Amino acid sequence: MMLTLLILFVGVLGVLAVVQLIRVFELARKIRGHRDDQVTNRENRFQSRMMMVFLFGYFAFFAWCFWVTKDKLLPESASEHGVGLDWLLNFNFLIITIAFVLTHIALFYFAYRYSGHRGHKAVYMSHDNRLELVWTIIPAAFMAVIIIYGLNAWNDITADAPEDAHQIELYSFQFAWRARYPGQDGILGDANYNLVSSTNDMGVMTPKFLDEKIVELEGDIALETAKLKPEGYPEIDPSSTMGKQYTKEINRLERHKKRIQKLQQLEYQDAGDDIMIADTFHIPVNKPVHFVFRSRDVIHSAYMPHFRAQMNTVPGTPTEFHFKPIVTTEEMREKTGDEEFNYYLYCNKICGSSHYNMKMIIIVEDEASYAEWLAEQTTYNGEPAGELATGFHHLKSTPENEEDKQEATEDEVAQMN
Amino acid sequence: MASHAATAHAPASAHAADHHHEENFFTKYLFSQDHKMIGKQFLITGTFMAFVGMMLSIFFRLQLGWPGEKFAILNFFLGDKWAPEGVLDPNMYLALVTIHGTIMVFFLLTAGLSGTFANLLIPLQIGARDMASGFMNMLSYWLFFLSSAIMIGSLFVETGPAAAGWTIYPPLSALEEAMPGSGIGMTLWLVSMTLFVASSLIGGLNYIVTIINLRTKGMTMTRLPLTVWALFVTAILGVLSFPVLFAGVLLLVFDRSFGTSFYLSDINIGGMALEQTGGSPLLYQHLFWFLGHPEVYIILLPALGITSEVIAVNSRKPIFGYRAMVASILAIGFLSFIVWGHHMFVTGMNPFVGAVFTFTTLLIAIPSAVKAFNFISTLFKGNIQFTPAMMFCVGMVSTFISGGLTGIILADNALDINIHDTYFVVAHFHIVMGLSAVLAMFGGVYHWFPKMFGRMMNKKLGYIHFWLTFASGYGVFFPMHFTGLAGMPRRYYQYTDFPMLAEFTDLAQLISAFAILGAIAQFLFAFNFFYSIFRGQKAEQNPWKSNTLEWTTPVEHIHGNWPGPLPTVHRWAYDYSKPGKDVDFVPQTVPLEEGETDEGH
Ligand code: HEM
Ligand SMILES: [Cu+2]
Ligand SMILES: [Cu+2]
Repeated sequence: MMLTLLILFVGVLGVLAVVQLIRVFELARKIRGHRDDQVTNRENRFQSRMMMVFLFGYFAFFAWCFWVTKDKLLPESASEHGVGLDWLLNFNFLIITIAFVLTHIALFYFAYRYSGHRGHKAVYMSHDNRLELVWTIIPAAFMAVIIIYGLNAWNDITADAPEDAHQIELYSFQFAWRARYPGQDGILGDANYNLVSSTNDMGVMTPKFLDEKIVELEGDIALETAKLKPEGYPEIDPSSTMGKQYTKEINRLERHKKRIQKLQQLEYQDAGDDIMIADTFHIPVNKPVHFVFRSRDVIHSAYMPHFRAQMNTVPGTPTEFHFKPIVTTEEMREKTGDEEFNYYLYCNKICGSSHYNMKMIIIVEDEASYAEWLAEQTTYNGEPAGELATGFHHLKSTPENEEDKQEATEDEVAQMN
Repeated sequence: MASHAATAHAPASAHAADHHHEENFFTKYLFSQDHKMIGKQFLITGTFMAFVGMMLSIFFRLQLGWPGEKFAILNFFLGDKWAPEGVLDPNMYLALVTIHGTIMVFFLLTAGLSGTFANLLIPLQIGARDMASGFMNMLSYWLFFLSSAIMIGSLFVETGPAAAGWTIYPPLSALEEAMPGSGIGMTLWLVSMTLFVASSLIGGLNYIVTIINLRTKGMTMTRLPLTVWALFVTAILGVLSFPVLFAGVLLLVFDRSFGTSFYLSDINIGGMALEQTGGSPLLYQHLFWFLGHPEVYIILLPALGITSEVIAVNSRKPIFGYRAMVASILAIGFLSFIVWGHHMFVTGMNPFVGAVFTFTTLLIAIPSAVKAFNFISTLFKGNIQFTPAMMFCVGMVSTFISGGLTGIILADNALDINIHDTYFVVAHFHIVMGLSAVLAMFGGVYHWFPKMFGRMMNKKLGYIHFWLTFASGYGVFFPMHFTGLAGMPRRYYQYTDFPMLAEFTDLAQLISAFAILGAIAQFLFAFNFFYSIFRGQKAEQNPWKSNTLEWTTPVEHIHGNWPGPLPTVHRWAYDYSKPGKDVDFVPQTVPLEEGETDEGH
């Protein structure tokens, strides 16, 4: 109580003090003939000098930012297309930095140089068509160059993946990633969102998962139905609020079951030989990798900054991206001098509470180690993927089928002629 | 209200007779139909929203600078649920970012900026007695007020406000299971934005009609001050693009509440396979950005207009290249409708379409560059008066250039692959849009304060406010270019879970410190603003020696703006320091002397 009073008292005193201060301040201004609608020569001079100070301060801050971050920026590109992109980025930065520096010097220098004083009159200049044409054409020319280089790079990057690319699926959900490799058949099996379950993160289609899902749903239906007839109590009227709720849930489950049964009728690519990976996935160096993306719930984005690669994962719309890694994790550790260095897959589209911590480690290694790693994994069918080390044989462009291909195209060309 | 529009052109005597009705507190201050009062209402509401938005940003900057640290202030404001022991909750972090963005983009820089200056300046600068429809104008403000109230209200709901980012992409925003903020908080967000769109459309139509129909005698389109040109094109952009946002929002409401699936497909969430299927989340993004990109120019154009005016007046020179300035406003306005895809380069869009969007986006850089060059050359050989308004507008030219240039990097779709959704984008748009528009808005407030309140704002405080705001603005956003280039994703609650990003802790703290400094500076502004309303130096009729018509009205506000007949315009607005004149300005109402030309206007 005393304390509250004291605080109140101090508060009131404080306000009074401020009010008095303002009074004094106002009086002083009046005496000095201070006017808020006119700027004195002195003020103009001071503010214009401050503009110059700011200019140098701004450039210095730029340099400082550059300096303190230069060792923390992304290391050299670990993908083939990224090397070109880095070049393009630097080229564009060169252009915009020059434009930035020149325009800023002009802006702040003019502000400094032409600061006003009483009795002076500005020079009347309303326009200059020739000058304005020049500074329309110059940016236009630079834009043309930037567009041409940029679109060239874009077209290369977004061209179809090479035939011999390893296909890997990346799958996102709140809040983790999964990778999937095609098994023996070299093809990623089909998947369907209706099949996702605690044992089937990615909802892939195998006869086993389909059956399991039916069993699971039937179990759920039984549970809900049981709720309508609680033991030792009278049956719940299906038209009561609670009854309606249970019935609604039962109907939903029934519809889900129907959808699964429909899926069972379909001809689908069995995913049983595929391999699902959590946490850390591997890719071979110097081989193009063709990523395909799916998402379970909301939009996420597969961001692999070291490879200058990013693609959104969109529920209902598969997306893709391909690149060729050219620096192994080991090599990059040497280059960066950081023994713990790892490539990461980030999530880069806001997706919920743990968006900030949704990652996978990517290991790039030579093909032999990659094959070895893959061989140690287990397929959906529970078999060791062992054979798979060679399972990719038909994807690898062995010298033989390389020749086949060439012959084939030559034949085609011949035919066309 | 029709009669009101009619009286706008009627002789003064008839007009005076029209206004014998008593004004009470309600009709004068609350349900006013006078454009000047409505402008002030927009300004004060917008400023209030800005302070809320600013405080939210300080909250999340605390977490970003010192991740996981306990802050009593967070616990005090957010409570035990969202900041247990003072550590910010990740869901609340996203909510703060979302509401901060929404408030700043829509409530401050769209409604606050256009609402204030379009209302204040359009009738005054074109020589009209009021807006075409005073009633619609009032409606526009009250819808905005309601919309603001609902947005603020959404901060207090149990499950938290909307948290899917200011762009509220579905399915995240569509499904309650995806995050707590997508429950009732998102519903309120959608309701609020719907009212906002209505307010903006009603206001915009009114501005357009007023500019086309109510220009006074002699005020041809080519004699319009650039502020009016900018506000005109802004209003057109708003009227053409906000309905598309409304459509997008409406479909989202359907998906959320009525079981449709415009944006939903193949989703399994909360352990359930969603039965709504067959839509596309990308449809929403197209609809959103079809508004979203014009929207950024809805923010920027008024800022550019204010800057043109303030720079010309205070350089005591005509704005350089008036016609080129008008042409660039029109070009920017047109182009802004065909570039939206640059926000979607990595959504898996067809690569050819991506290429087209890169092309159109880079075209915008050309009129933007022309504007920058013309601003700079307006200073050349001027007699620059560094009023606080001028300081802010020179600062705005700097931020406009700095931020516009990084747009060129982002527009390059190949380069955007690696920097999309990183802090580089955050730096780009905060500098080019956030800082530029905020600086210009401050400039406008300092410049037109005497017109609004009949008193001057304190100059010294204005200078201090400028330097603190300008320096801390760059201090906050400039380093973000670098963290963005290092691959730091935006909208991360904390970045310490990735070794690569954890290295930036020092820089993040510096940024947060600048943010706090900048926030403190705004309290200085608030003090100056309210203090000056009551005790500022009394303003003269034309304190800045300006040519435009608003300074020919009396200091005391009257209904109908001019006591006598409406002024007649004889020249363009930029005859500053014209050779052969005794004074360095010639108001638009002064007839041309014999043999004098006004540059073909
Ligand atoms: C030279 C002119 C400009 C170009 C070429 C340009 C280009 C771009 C591009 C390509 C993006 C998308 C980046 C990404 O998400 O990866 C972007 C984002 C953005 N730009 Fe610009 N821009 C320019 C000027 C402006 C202006 C003048 C404003 C505002 C007044 C603005 C506001 C924004 C905003 C708000 C975003 C980010 C939206 C978000 O994702 O939340 N830009 N800009
Ligand atoms: Cu995610
Ligand atoms: Cu845009």
